[in-house]
Amino acid sequence: MGAAFCAERLTKLTHLKTNRPRPIPGNAAMMAYIIRRILIMIPTLVAISVISFVIIQLPPGDFLTEYLEELRLSGESVDEAELDTLKRRFGLEQPMYVQYFQWAWNFMHGDFGHSFEWNKPVADLIGERLGLTILISVATLVFTWMVSIPIGIYSAVRQYSWLDHILTLVGFIGLATPNFLFALILLWMSYAYLGMSIGGLFSPEYADASWSLARAWDLLKHLWIPVVIVGTAHTAKFIRIIRGNLLDELRKPYVTTARAKGLSELRVILKYPVRIAINPLVSTIGWTLPELVSGIAITAVVLNLPTTGPLLLNALLNQDMHLAGSFIMLLSILTVVGTLISDILLAWVDPRIRFEAREGL
Amino acid sequence: MNENTQKEQKYLDASTRQLIWWRYKKHLLAMIGLWLVIILYGCSIFCEFLAPYALDHRHFDSIYSTPTRIKVFDEQGRLHRPFVTGMTMEVDVETQQIRYEEIPGKRYPIRLFVRGDKYKMWGLWESDLHLFGVDAPGTIFLFGTDRMGRDMFSRCFYGSRISLSIGMFGVALSLILGLVLGGISGYVGGWADGLIQRTVEIIRCFPSIPLWMGLSAAMPPHWPALKVYFAITIILSLVGWTDLARMTRGKLIALREEDFVMAAHFAGAGHARIIFRHMLPSFTSHIIVMVTLAIPGMILAETALSFLGVGLRPPITSLGVLLKEAQNITTVALYPWLLIPVIFVIVTVLSFNFVGDGLRDAVDPYSR
Repeated sequence: MGAAFCAERLTKLTHLKTNRPRPIPGNAAMMAYIIRRILIMIPTLVAISVISFVIIQLPPGDFLTEYLEELRLSGESVDEAELDTLKRRFGLEQPMYVQYFQWAWNFMHGDFGHSFEWNKPVADLIGERLGLTILISVATLVFTWMVSIPIGIYSAVRQYSWLDHILTLVGFIGLATPNFLFALILLWMSYAYLGMSIGGLFSPEYADASWSLARAWDLLKHLWIPVVIVGTAHTAKFIRIIRGNLLDELRKPYVTTARAKGLSELRVILKYPVRIAINPLVSTIGWTLPELVSGIAITAVVLNLPTTGPLLLNALLNQDMHLAGSFIMLLSILTVVGTLISDILLAWVDPRIRFEAREGL
Repeated sequence: MNENTQKEQKYLDASTRQLIWWRYKKHLLAMIGLWLVIILYGCSIFCEFLAPYALDHRHFDSIYSTPTRIKVFDEQGRLHRPFVTGMTMEVDVETQQIRYEEIPGKRYPIRLFVRGDKYKMWGLWESDLHLFGVDAPGTIFLFGTDRMGRDMFSRCFYGSRISLSIGMFGVALSLILGLVLGGISGYVGGWADGLIQRTVEIIRCFPSIPLWMGLSAAMPPHWPALKVYFAITIILSLVGWTDLARMTRGKLIALREEDFVMAAHFAGAGHARIIFRHMLPSFTSHIIVMVTLAIPGMILAETALSFLGVGLRPPITSLGVLLKEAQNITTVALYPWLLIPVIFVIVTVLSFNFVGDGLRDAVDPYSR
């Protein structure tokens, strides 16, 4: 991958040199790039909303009739006025596309619909859970980088040393063990051998408490378990990417030149080859984030974390489709926004991307 | 010297396929992976014969039985052919836990090719022959039994059959989608390319598991098991085709400018002929690599969905369906053998990854 990647970069560079009409002020190019990226985001978000809406609509029959049926079965009386408001809010008598626009309009104004399972507005249920999902995603990403970069560098520099072999093997197993199975095994081992339960994100006494310093600390104490579980597979993948790229880079003449000039070995490695080798870490955030969110969703079910996963599953199993659809929509928006941020970061780190954007305009 | 030139000649005469195979053989892990994949598929193809019991055979007096130990020495230390001892189930009155006691002196030698549960081999002919087993009152549960007294060993075999087949079908479906859509995207270009690429990007934005969960939960609960099986396969490949489409598109765009394509064009070949006869063969090996690496992803996805209860459901038994039993941690703490399907999942995924990696190294002309 390395050679082809570099060649591609090189052609881009030369191409830029010949075609660039005049020097572009950095800030303007950056702004243009950001605006372009945000404009691209809009159709993506529309498409995502359509898919989420389809998922809401997929189960046969509309949810209100089912809700009414349930109420009737349990012998509760139906409040006609409430029914009318609900019907109007979701435009249930209207054709499908009107319903979609109504839903999307409500969504943009923070009205995510009504959960019939909990008999609460969806927004009330989602708030903190979404925040915790974001927290775990970010923490996992940071953890993944902090672990994989040093190990990847070590594995490449000391290629075929016994530690490299062990790390490769561990990496393979980490890659092959899916998050939720890893969580299951960890849960079982800690229960069977240590006699404690590692599930949850808070100790019982803090579970329903309001936010305080003590609760935040309690959260931190529990956070590492899901972070390690979700992060392992990605760490393994990143280690392999960094190792491979760095091995390619280290064989290049410029490294020999740097060495010949008498730079210390540490500087030779860290100054240029490592920078190129870790580039994919930044450029693949866009794909990593959805995978992390996926991983957290399913790990959360096993570990019983108060994030979006268990609630989403529950909503899906009970056909509480407004809650489920909003979750899917919000998680996707989360990844789209995350991708946007990472793209901006990448453009900020790597000037070539700014220039390319300029050309595209 | 002569021998050397002969060797060289052999190397020069070898077909690409042979060269790839020679290079592949040097890769130890890849060879181990290949053998494991062959064994796993063998197990799942012949699972009716290899499993000592039928999928749903319930042993009412062996609920949550511990894995049976195979012995060769009896209590007096005398050597016998491998045998198992008879067990009795006892329920502890105080803790409500199930315990198993050996019945001394009851020996059941393990026999090969025994007659046991009836089954219909591949749905074609009826048989009751099993590779191994013990005589009637004795039981052999190599991986223990579950809460209904069903043999986990047999169930793991049947489960891998479903899991492996869903991986195959899912990838086959994504391959078709990926080749067609990626092919149109790369060969036709223009607005079709733009549309398909945007679609790929949007699909990749979705966190896959929540999306899969949403789609599969929308399946009506009254659907028959077989329909659910196909629906899940389709749902999995709806997301899985994007990688293949990107790869196909990239390759086609690169190849479009090659001389041999131009030559074919001038020689009057149609689009379909150019794509399938001239362009496709030059990256078949890459497709095979991608497919090999995509299969474990499919298997994992199905396992995850079934584990959560939104994927396959009984009577269709996959590894994920088996693991659903292990969701409750107190159950697992008491009966840890319910986690054995995890090993099957990991070995399957690992060996496919090894094979894929080995293939990638073998087909890549730059690596020597």
